[in-house]
Amino acid sequence: MLVLSVTLTIFLIVAGLMLYAMIRYRQRPEDADREPAQIYGSDQIELSWTVIPILIVVMLFLSTTRVILGTQAIPKPDSAMDVTVIGHQFWWEYRYPKLGVVTANELHIPISDPAKPTPTYLSMSSADTDHSFWVPRLAGKTDVIPNRVNTMWIDPAQAGLYLGQCAQYCGTQHAKMLLRVYAQSPEDFAAWISQQKKPAQQAFPGNPAATEGQTVFMHNACINCHAVSGTAATGRFGPDLTHLASRDTIASGPIENTPENLRKWVDNPNTMKPGSLMPAMHLNDHDLDVITAYLTQLH
Amino acid sequence: MEAIDVTPAQQQGRPPLNVIYEWVTTVDHKKIGLMYITYALIFLVIGGIEASLIRIQLAIPNNHFVSPQVFNQLFTMHGTTMVFFMGMPILFGVGNYLVPLMIGARDMAFPRLNAFSFWISAFAGLLLYFSYFGASGLYAAGSAPDVGWFAYAPLTARVFSPGHSTDYWTLSIFLSGVGSIGTALNIVTTILCMRCKGMKMSRMPLLVWLYLVMSGLVFVAVSPLTAAQIMLTLDRYLGAHFFDTQAGGSAVLWMHFFWIFGHPEVYILVLPAFAFVNEIVPVFSRKAMFGYPAMVAASVAIGFISLSVWAHHMFTIGMGPAGNTFFVFSTMVISVPTGIKIFNWLATIWGGKVIYAVPMMFCVGFLFQFLIAGLTGIMLSAAPFNWQLSATYFVVAHFHYVLVGAIVTALFGAFYYWYPKVTGRMMSETLGKWHFWLFIIGFHLTFDFMHVPGMLGMPRRIYTYEASRGWEGWNIIVGIGAIFQAAGILCFVYNLVSSYFHGKEAGHDPWDAWTLEWATSSPPPSYNFAVEPTVNSRRPLWDLKHPEDPDADYE
Repeated sequence: MLVLSVTLTIFLIVAGLMLYAMIRYRQRPEDADREPAQIYGSDQIELSWTVIPILIVVMLFLSTTRVILGTQAIPKPDSAMDVTVIGHQFWWEYRYPKLGVVTANELHIPISDPAKPTPTYLSMSSADTDHSFWVPRLAGKTDVIPNRVNTMWIDPAQAGLYLGQCAQYCGTQHAKMLLRVYAQSPEDFAAWISQQKKPAQQAFPGNPAATEGQTVFMHNACINCHAVSGTAATGRFGPDLTHLASRDTIASGPIENTPENLRKWVDNPNTMKPGSLMPAMHLNDHDLDVITAYLTQLH
Repeated sequence: MEAIDVTPAQQQGRPPLNVIYEWVTTVDHKKIGLMYITYALIFLVIGGIEASLIRIQLAIPNNHFVSPQVFNQLFTMHGTTMVFFMGMPILFGVGNYLVPLMIGARDMAFPRLNAFSFWISAFAGLLLYFSYFGASGLYAAGSAPDVGWFAYAPLTARVFSPGHSTDYWTLSIFLSGVGSIGTALNIVTTILCMRCKGMKMSRMPLLVWLYLVMSGLVFVAVSPLTAAQIMLTLDRYLGAHFFDTQAGGSAVLWMHFFWIFGHPEVYILVLPAFAFVNEIVPVFSRKAMFGYPAMVAASVAIGFISLSVWAHHMFTIGMGPAGNTFFVFSTMVISVPTGIKIFNWLATIWGGKVIYAVPMMFCVGFLFQFLIAGLTGIMLSAAPFNWQLSATYFVVAHFHYVLVGAIVTALFGAFYYWYPKVTGRMMSETLGKWHFWLFIIGFHLTFDFMHVPGMLGMPRRIYTYEASRGWEGWNIIVGIGAIFQAAGILCFVYNLVSSYFHGKEAGHDPWDAWTLEWATSSPPPSYNFAVEPTVNSRRPLWDLKHPEDPDADYE
């Protein structure tokens, strides 16, 4: 805000002077054949418009430094929650190391009571190219860089859904690598965690389609890239699907998580997100139906 | 020192082959300069078409005008083209043409190196565009580079960028770097060694000073970039691991290499724009430049400080508080010499007699737009502000304010100002005013309104976006501005061509100006000056026109 008001003031003063000079000193018919007085400079005036900007710069620098130190050089409170963020082409993996939860694309965090703050500390790296974690209403962006761990913290006081997206060009589908952060009350968050800690459902009494879908899933290449806890699916290249049906969206944000969309996605991801690294599995219609039935049961 | 025109009348009806041969083999700095400019103007149009396609795609949310792959190629090619194959060559071209004339020399110090530098740069541009046909080799259709103009590692590694599109990018940047360094070497040597009698360093026109600083920056800034291209090629083909994060290389190392080039590059481009304004504003205000020594000092200071600000492009990479505060400080400090320049231009206009011919109109546009660009630059230099707005359309709007609002605008002024010298004919004032107003309206529609989606959280380099984010209306306005700009450019190109044939005869000094290039005929003969000029002050032609009150008394 200080920066904004200082620059706006400078703009008004300097632009006003320029406008005045350009109108006041335009050529007039009566002095057409006369050159104006030639002035070559003035040390005093030039010194003044060197020193004053230096003072402004020092002021802006000191106030900026205060904000930088207040953001980046404060100790981490013991009550902080840790989340590991891993950027992938083109989705996000979230791990809660102390809570034993792994999820993807939708980050859930508790809101923070100013009296007893529980900020979330993100420690971030990338599995492939550069990404950047940016949820504008929560914090500035921090790049997610392979072979390097960056940290940042967020500390929302209001519950709600905060939207953002990857802010560092990371390849074909950079545009659809969206971020969704669900800030929840401590109770809601605890409930979410306890639900996420459960292993995936494995028996589907009364739902033969889902049971068959599970078999198809486990016998296809799905399990090479996706993990479903408690089963043979342990792949880590794609998002963890253990509680897929508990998410609002698929494909890292841009697509609503409905059975129709899910079926279309599994059929050929490239029709919905061209350039996505998940290949089309060439399943027949029946297999698609049962896999969709299975995935929609992974609450 | 009257103008002496001893150019032999051109023979009529030479065979076209001879004309082509003459241009291809020329070592005349003026012809090379003109070739640089023509070549850059072609790339300006190509880069402009790419920008228009980008704007069409982004005008409405969820648009399917181009595929994501094509979009990513478009912004990569737009950025690369405009910086390396439009900006640098056009400024080198103008410098090539003007520097020897302004210091009273007959040619550049190394004419053959000059020709070599031009042709290698020209070849680099063709190579880049050949990627559309050849990049994927024989097994697929061509594909242009799609890694972004700053080509961050490790997206350029072979795992993430298979095929050869990145190699075309790397090689063309490498070759363009060789050409740029060659020309910079030539300009520095020319300025240091070829000045005419009486032209001390302290009497050089400010344009020459700025080209000296700019060329010095090219040495320091372009060399790391060129070296980085070799390292990247080693990574890709010989198993080196400089930037290969999968094998312990560093992505951040590439960022440092790129931005130690990238930020001084902004000054490499903007210093010549300052140079044009330095020549045009005094002539059309009918006053000597206010505070010449301060202007020189400010230019040199900008040159040095600009080498210490690069990591302000990297505030979001997690440098830590110490690194961040250092680069905040150095970046803010550079606004001091820049501010001195703005105040000195203002003081030059103050008390003058401002003639609003087209070159001056563009300079006025430059002054306001550069002021705004500088101030949004100060905002971005505050790291916390930057954490939010870097890599958004706010940044895109900011640097286009510098590149288009300041550099291209000043460049247009320069075209209208020196065209009579180059061709012997005036450009049409009416068309020039159409060009000015269409372009300025278009520029402000596009780039003023582009700040807004950035502040609303729209990142750059996304090929589409959802309707719910509140960005759509702004992007339509931005797109409409592009139409006005294109119309302005059309007037300009038409004006360039038609004035060549039908323009009013200019004579050797149409603007009643004061520097040496106006002492020779228009167009100048191949040897520039029949007799080596002698100067006694910073404004040799003022001394001639006002023998009763020569400048030399005041220096």
